[in-house]
Amino acid sequence: MPNPKRRMSKSRTAKRRTHYKAHSPALGVCANCGEVKMTHRACPSCGYYNEKSMFIPKS
Amino acid sequence: MRHGVKGRKLSRTHSHRAALMNALATSLLKHKRIKTTLAKAKEARKHVEALITKAKKNNLHSRRHVMRFVNDKDVVKELFSEVVPKIGERPGGYTRVIKLGNRMGDAASMAILELVDYNDVITKKAEEHKEKREAKKEAKQKAKSEEKDAEEAVEEKESKPKKRKKKDEE
Ligand SMILES: [Zn+2]
Repeated sequence: MPNPKRRMSKSRTAKRRTHYKAHSPALGVCANCGEVKMTHRACPSCGYYNEKSMFIPKS
Repeated sequence: MRHGVKGRKLSRTHSHRAALMNALATSLLKHKRIKTTLAKAKEARKHVEALITKAKKNNLHSRRHVMRFVNDKDVVKELFSEVVPKIGERPGGYTRVIKLGNRMGDAASMAILELVDYNDVITKKAEEHKEKREAKKEAKQKAKSEEKDAEEAVEEKESKPKKRKKKDEE
């Protein structure tokens, strides 16, 4: 069976992994209550999405 | 290559997945709005919409077909007697998925799956919007017809003197 010819150095591994990054979530402001919320999701504090009430929050 | 690969396996065997879909369909038709993971909601809507379209035929065969996939006889009864008439002539798209964000614990993205015609807040708003639009339309038409009348009146006034002038020239 084919196998790697050379050992992968730590440096090469690390260099490849420089592109593994965590992205910050896309945040926007709720049009209804002005709270910060994730884009394309219903607002957790007021339950509005697309200027329509989708659910009533628990509190 | 993933050419032509449709659907999600949801980490389940075929029978397990089928049972899950039937359970989701049953609870959606029972409660009109359910909260589940985004992946399950998206799979379930496919399943439910097909069932509702089938139910629209409203005959014994379609009833028996739906009965195979819905775990509750009363829900089937309600589907045929209440849900289908409420949906009316909507050509598909009976459900709506609203994303909610991630769940605590496993950070699974959650969503609401609901029947479009059962969201009272939105249907009310839509009706109000429609009424407003129609009122606007009527107002516009009225204004237009009034303008026309006014224009015609003006034209009549203008045309009369001209004719007189012509007569004078003759
Ligand atoms: Zn909000």
